[in-house]
Amino acid sequence: MKILVCISNVPDTTTKIKFNEGDASIDSTGIQWVINPWDELSLTRALELKDDPSNGIKSVTVAHVGPATSEPTIRKALAIGADEAIRINSESSDAYYVAAQLAEVIKKEQFDIIFCGIESSDYNGSLVGGMIAEFLNIPSVSAVSGITIDDDNPIITREIDGGKEVISISAPFVAIVQKGIAKEPRIAAMRGIMMARTKPLKLSEPLPFEPLTEITVLEKPPMRAACKFIDAENPGQLIDLLQNEAKII
Amino acid sequence: MSVLVYTENWDGKFKKLTFELVSYASGVAKMINTSVTALSIGKIDDSELKKLGNYGAEKIINVDNELLVTLDSQAYSYVISDIALKENASVIIISNNNTGKAIAPRLSVRLKAGVGSGVNKLPLKTSPFTVYKKTYSGNAYAHVVIKSDIKILTLAQNSFVLNETANNSSIENMNVTIDSSLVKTEIKDVQKQTGKILLTDAEIVVSGGRGMKSPDNWGPIEELAGFLGAATACSRPVADEGWRPIDEHTGQTGKIIAPNLYIAVGISGAIQHLAGISGSKCIVAINTDKDAPIFEAAEYGIVGDAFKVLPKLIEAVREVKS
Repeated sequence: MKILVCISNVPDTTTKIKFNEGDASIDSTGIQWVINPWDELSLTRALELKDDPSNGIKSVTVAHVGPATSEPTIRKALAIGADEAIRINSESSDAYYVAAQLAEVIKKEQFDIIFCGIESSDYNGSLVGGMIAEFLNIPSVSAVSGITIDDDNPIITREIDGGKEVISISAPFVAIVQKGIAKEPRIAAMRGIMMARTKPLKLSEPLPFEPLTEITVLEKPPMRAACKFIDAENPGQLIDLLQNEAKII
Repeated sequence: MSVLVYTENWDGKFKKLTFELVSYASGVAKMINTSVTALSIGKIDDSELKKLGNYGAEKIINVDNELLVTLDSQAYSYVISDIALKENASVIIISNNNTGKAIAPRLSVRLKAGVGSGVNKLPLKTSPFTVYKKTYSGNAYAHVVIKSDIKILTLAQNSFVLNETANNSSIENMNVTIDSSLVKTEIKDVQKQTGKILLTDAEIVVSGGRGMKSPDNWGPIEELAGFLGAATACSRPVADEGWRPIDEHTGQTGKIIAPNLYIAVGISGAIQHLAGISGSKCIVAINTDKDAPIFEAAEYGIVGDAFKVLPKLIEAVREVKS
């Protein structure tokens, strides 16, 4: 089986986002770009599956839609352990556009398991994974927190309200992954970083799909009122405020 | 033309979030001068379906088919998109919960309909159709123009006020034919806790962080939650250390919640934690460090030792609740 992990290139989650008020772009000075956290966990789990020969995983590929400036992030995925990478040479205009491009690549290369993070930490859309599956007319499972392969049969754990479901599914399929899929993201070792330089990074040109949405303005979140402090000796006052001022208990 | 709202049912019952969705759909329908059709899938009584009318649904469609007993996103998208076309829906509204996240993107491709995901208020305008949504995990908000003829909006939970409007609604039981080969997933096992308030549904959440020092110190957090009818949550380090179950982890990579009241005890308020709670209506912080970033997000704060503050707080809650 061949695994594809779709990766997004996002500002490090500790970055304070700055942008020009009323503009639709962010100020990228000083931003450290990283693999989207859920994609990094997916990659980790994909590599864990490949580490066990009984799972029969032949290769782990990463794919990314983005300009040449995102190559350091792709190389990082190779350094962590992916065998090869594909970059679709285009700005990622919206989820529909990105999913359409990735679906075209998947059609050509015939992957069996496609991992996508539940969302990207920049646009928070939660869309690309499900869209890819619909473009390819294959099943998708969302909120995946575990995956194993039992005698060539993939078994998925999906989070539901107040619990979990265990699902059997046949490849090809898209697993849309959330926290829990892997304990901690795998870190690139020095050897991996050296090897990443020579691993194949294929370039693919985008097809002409029209995005369906467009961000026209980015703005600051609404301001919150300043915190009202209550004496630690008298927390009863807090209850009074919650009851009579905020009126929420 | 119509606004189609997908109203998920839980074992034959609707939740508050269902009525939020229908209230929201009514608001959108008013903006574009049309009516609301609600779509429910699965076994449910007419008396429960009728409740949707109280929030503005004019037509209520119920589809029950044995192939739709469990959520297979492919089969569900097939049915919902089919009905959306039959009902000539120009806007489709779904929750931004796990179910919505499984279905909305597939519907988008089937109908070539752009998605505004995780919206928390009515569209800013209808021409061009522009929605307002959280991006960068709450560090920015975006105006998103949806350019397609059909628009899909996924609504963040607990973000829209219920709006009761008496309405004459009709119920239609619709039969759909589904090819069984469409269902490619099979549920092998279900593990479900019952009787516990779900973190994503809770109106009040009491949450503990590293400041609680040890997994053995959670007694007061649970006690306070018990008196307030609240769910319990925790910060990432606490879940990662295994002090609390992983499904309590609230934050950017864990659960994203928007309760009416979030009480953070011993949580410093890292940017990733705030990303998971910034939608809360009111945040209360209890922390020993007066410079902790959680106080910048909080409406009310107590600088003090949680182990001294909590017992007094529990006592005060007990008094007002009794």
